[in-house]
Amino acid sequence: MWQGLYEELQDRNFTVIAVAFDSRPGDPLPWIEAAKPTYPCLIDRDHLVADLYHMVNVPQAVWIDERGTIVRPAESAGAYEGFRKMNRVTREMPADAARVTAEAKATYVNAIRDWVRHGTASEHVYPAERARERTPVPTDDVARAHAAFRLGQHLIRYGQAGEGDRWLAEASRLHPDSWAMWRQRAGVTELGLASQSDFWERVDALGDRKYYAAVDMKGMPK
Amino acid sequence: MVTLLTDTKESVLAEARVDGECLWLSGTDLEAATGWSPRPQGLCRGDVCVPLPTAREFVRTGQIDVAAVWRFLGKPIVHSDDGSVWVLGEAASDRAATLRSLQAPDFTLPDVAGRMHSLSDHRGKKVLLVSWASW
Repeated sequence: MWQGLYEELQDRNFTVIAVAFDSRPGDPLPWIEAAKPTYPCLIDRDHLVADLYHMVNVPQAVWIDERGTIVRPAESAGAYEGFRKMNRVTREMPADAARVTAEAKATYVNAIRDWVRHGTASEHVYPAERARERTPVPTDDVARAHAAFRLGQHLIRYGQAGEGDRWLAEASRLHPDSWAMWRQRAGVTELGLASQSDFWERVDALGDRKYYAAVDMKGMPK
Repeated sequence: MVTLLTDTKESVLAEARVDGECLWLSGTDLEAATGWSPRPQGLCRGDVCVPLPTAREFVRTGQIDVAAVWRFLGKPIVHSDDGSVWVLGEAASDRAATLRSLQAPDFTLPDVAGRMHSLSDHRGKKVLLVSWASW
């Protein structure tokens, strides 16, 4: 997904680091082989980066400058809700939803280009105070959810799938906003991937709420 | 034997003693597993020291109840049904303070070949940190 952008900008002191919220051995491999990324693709089976940066979904992104300073905290990486309008049998997307989704992605990628070229002068780089305001932070329940998730993952790895799954369920209960935790568990228990009915049921339960929170960026769909 | 997980480390502790919701460790094991160590002024990690109230029994016969200490510090702690695996989490307030400092928290993770990478290896470059998944 990011390989083209990385190749375009890698000579400008820029890199992508992709972190996969995956746990089953081999899970992300076919995807990595298909994309042939040349930037680091890391496997984060315990969702540590989600814990550290309060990420709740994929794809989300954080912009970090040359000094290690966050200049845009965790946000949807140009992802848009368009998939919610897809035909769930044919998996086709209506033309208008497909267009808005593509525009959202292009707007986000252009903003990254602008940041890489202009650094702090880019309009997409938040001043410190704004970055702090926009920083999503965890609640006590979310912190506990990450501990429960880590315990569940450990138990599953060491053959205690039943109890492990119970801890993953507890993590999801404590942190209902995390699609990463919920979908990881769905994968672990073979409930199925994104096309399955449990997923759509949970998406539908959002009602007017977003699956991908709107990105605070000029030109982004609300 | 107890396996103790923190967000950066997995330790197997032969001398640990579990008693219900208490997890008793030697000072040496505590420091090795968590970086926190008992000092006269309280519990310390690096330059940070947290005084422990003497009215409560955190220390007994040379061991420290890390579970009680963790709860006292407001950090999450969970354990498996049989008490053989414990996870010491980090508090939401500590995570929030770190994020609001805007200093990107470092991490070290393997790629598919098992090679370890740290965010800090890329200091001096702009980094787009992105999440993804196969699910």
